[in-house]
Amino acid sequence: MSKFQRTPVKLVPVPSPNIIPERDVNKTPILEVAHLGIDFGGLTAVDDFNMAIGRTEIAGLIGPNGAGKTTVFNLLTKVYHPSRGTIMLDGRDTAGLNTIQVNKLGIARTFQNIRLFKDLTVSENVLIGLHNEMDYHLPGAVFRLPGYWKAEKIARNRALELLSIFDMQDLADSKAGSLPYGAQRRLEIVRALGTNPSLLLLDEPAAGMNPSETTELMENIQKIRDTFQIAIMLIEHDMSLVMGICEGICVLNYGKVIAKGSPEDIQSNPQVIEAYLGKKKEGN
Amino acid sequence: MSLVISQLINGLQSGSIYALVALGYSMVYGIIMLLNFAHGDVIMVGAYVAWLVIVSFSLPPAIAIALAIIACTVLGVVIEKVAYTPLRKSPRLSLLITAIGISFLLENLAQLIFGAGSQQVPTLITGPSIDIAGQHIGFTAIITIVVSVVSMVALTFLVQKTKMGKAMRAVSEDMGTAQLMGINVNSTISFTFAVGSALAGIGSVLYCCAYPQASPTMGAMLGLKAFVAAVLGGIGSLPGAMLGGFCIGIAEAVVSAVGLSVWKDGVVFAILIVVLIFKPTGILGKVINEKV
Amino acid sequence: MKKNSTIIPMPFRYLINIVLFATFLFVMNSLITSGAISKYYAGVISFIGINIILAVSLNVATGYLGQLPLGHAGFMAVGAYTSALIMKAAAGAGIAFPFALIAAGLVAALFGLLIGMPALRLKGDYLAILTLGFGEIIRVILLNIDNVLGFKFTNGAAGLQKIPKTTTFLITFIFVGITCFVIHTMMKSRHGRAILSIRENEIAAESCGINTTYYKTLGFVVSAFFAGIAGGLYAGNIGILNPSAFGFMKSIEILVMVVLGGMGSMFGSVFSATVLTALPEMLRSFASYRMVAYSLVLVIVMIFKPSGLMGTYDFSLNGLLDKLILKIKGNSDSGGGKALSGKKEGNANE
Repeated sequence: MSKFQRTPVKLVPVPSPNIIPERDVNKTPILEVAHLGIDFGGLTAVDDFNMAIGRTEIAGLIGPNGAGKTTVFNLLTKVYHPSRGTIMLDGRDTAGLNTIQVNKLGIARTFQNIRLFKDLTVSENVLIGLHNEMDYHLPGAVFRLPGYWKAEKIARNRALELLSIFDMQDLADSKAGSLPYGAQRRLEIVRALGTNPSLLLLDEPAAGMNPSETTELMENIQKIRDTFQIAIMLIEHDMSLVMGICEGICVLNYGKVIAKGSPEDIQSNPQVIEAYLGKKKEGN
Repeated sequence: MSLVISQLINGLQSGSIYALVALGYSMVYGIIMLLNFAHGDVIMVGAYVAWLVIVSFSLPPAIAIALAIIACTVLGVVIEKVAYTPLRKSPRLSLLITAIGISFLLENLAQLIFGAGSQQVPTLITGPSIDIAGQHIGFTAIITIVVSVVSMVALTFLVQKTKMGKAMRAVSEDMGTAQLMGINVNSTISFTFAVGSALAGIGSVLYCCAYPQASPTMGAMLGLKAFVAAVLGGIGSLPGAMLGGFCIGIAEAVVSAVGLSVWKDGVVFAILIVVLIFKPTGILGKVINEKV
Repeated sequence: MKKNSTIIPMPFRYLINIVLFATFLFVMNSLITSGAISKYYAGVISFIGINIILAVSLNVATGYLGQLPLGHAGFMAVGAYTSALIMKAAAGAGIAFPFALIAAGLVAALFGLLIGMPALRLKGDYLAILTLGFGEIIRVILLNIDNVLGFKFTNGAAGLQKIPKTTTFLITFIFVGITCFVIHTMMKSRHGRAILSIRENEIAAESCGINTTYYKTLGFVVSAFFAGIAGGLYAGNIGILNPSAFGFMKSIEILVMVVLGGMGSMFGSVFSATVLTALPEMLRSFASYRMVAYSLVLVIVMIFKPSGLMGTYDFSLNGLLDKLILKIKGNSDSGGGKALSGKKEGNANE
């Protein structure tokens, strides 16, 4: 009986279905999501969602209404807890953490329906974003110890600095609720930046903006990425913005990923076109 | 043994009244998300009306009962129109405080008009008591439980099988959409208040049969406990309100039976706290999630 | 870059407020001790002070935190009995009173923590009901606990009597000052902003990394602490305690002060507490109409101005002086207008 010779096999890692910009390849992706899914009772809102975002990538999450994009954001920020799958933030598994904890780890977001602190001033809104950057405790506040004054001064200057990204520093003392719609959206972004995130999630930042505001927003998003060297993921319906600044785009439909790639890949992807525009009728 | 059963019957009797009042709370909460603190005081008004009709106008009890129920119904609808409708778009906190204000107003008006003391309400209903297996059951107990159960059955029929009931259910689910479907939201809400207050009126009559005294603050504690019953059963759920009412009634009877009747109120609120901590939506209630 | 200009520099802002308050204390105290203001009215003034503390402390949980606790009288009761029992044991030694008050506050704060833990997990209406329930349970326990303990502790319905009347104008208003100072400095700090953010939008606050559970509890406990102190002052003012004085009605009375004054306005709470305490005294003959008028006013204000008479406006003496000085300087700089409009929300630099 001849000895059965087993041919040695070289195991190679299967490439994951995720893509990130080349320049970020040498560092851990800021976000790695694998098989993420959530069910609400009988309804599966998101299923088998896989994505990676490079540390300085501007990523896009697009899809028709109701596709589950905001649900993905809610899953990443632990507003909902996943039914299955893993979320790795900067190499760290976020299972079991809550919204507050993941924010401290480095995810910040804006909301589809603006959630500002309407009765507070613009600068107070940003200062709340800077809450965890200040380190004095209650006795320090009540007795007005030097630590309080120092931290408040630094925070106030920082708030004005952040507001100046969108040239909003003159509005610092206006009530947030009195701002025009576009300014409110921008303020939400500034507030989120105050939390010193590594990953910024923007939910429809250009909603309700006219073309010139949108162009300005595109420039500002890139400016934010370049200045702070952070990753940004945005949900958007405005394709000029998405195709204009996003580097990696993920397309969602009925809770599932239907395409992933660069803007060029996505634009010519038949499934994406079908999802947005519908199937071409036979015989036409 | 017979002591246990008679306490049980007491519990069912007071529980029926709590259930009737709790139904009103649940219906109103289900439709406009308001904890109508004034609901208990509507009962107080019913009791005073009954007393006035018999004592001041010397009319027969049957008319007193009818007028009491009508008065409660009308009062409920008037309060809704005057105080709650203007605040429909306001934050819920304002609505809640207004309800508290109305409750206060009713109690203090009653105190102003009738004095702080209690008035003896003459017997409204008389009838034979029955004896089952040596257990004596008073007529008021029988009539209370029977009337309550019949009212609840009628209400369930109304809500499930009639057009107005469907409208009520639709408005509770989604006021905006119901309006778009052509439902007159304002009259549906008024109708809900009317039915809830009518039930409270019935409750007030039955209450006076058991405890024939009318005082300005009688509605307060009764209302609070019925409210606990509604929360216990699941606020917004009609079967829940009935269930909760009977549970509270029996719990109170049990506590009295073991001789701890001074702690009755405390036990009721302790039940409330336990429910709110472990199952805030109540036994039969549903969880509502906020959209982010 | 436009700076939020404050005309009067920092240390002086505090000095002005402190000097004015001290003057007020000195003047009033002299008037009372000299007999220019009768003992009766001195009692009323102490009552005003007690109600100010109650309203300002409730305002933390309602106006600032945005909740609706309906059991504030429970904390007051706990503080009242604590302080009363300590003072009785201390045989009325005046020196012990401040300590008794602090103890009262701490015990009430403990109750605030215990009640807050379950309550603050609930939203809106449910929190209201739960706190109402707890308030009632405290009342029932105070009423009946002697039966359980087997000895006279609270003396139940008969009332805790012969409590040393150690509440003076001075001590009351010193604590009024402390209460307002502590709450004010807390609110004008990152902790205060966190508390306000929870009121405005809890989900957004969490997304900014604000530990909402901690801050809700903090607001609740601070609110309870000062209510306890007010209770202790109340006990020392009136001399006897009865659990029925601390029921749902009392909680509502305090709530009315806060709501009418404007939820989120400390000045409003102070103002309405003063008016709503003083007015009934002056209208003694109309006592029976008072409660009717009370309720009617509450309903009417709610319908027409849900945010209360003062809304969220916060009076700032220094802010007022800033405006005055700018006016005197001949305010031709239109940019000054913007800085001034910011003052309305209370000076952020204090």
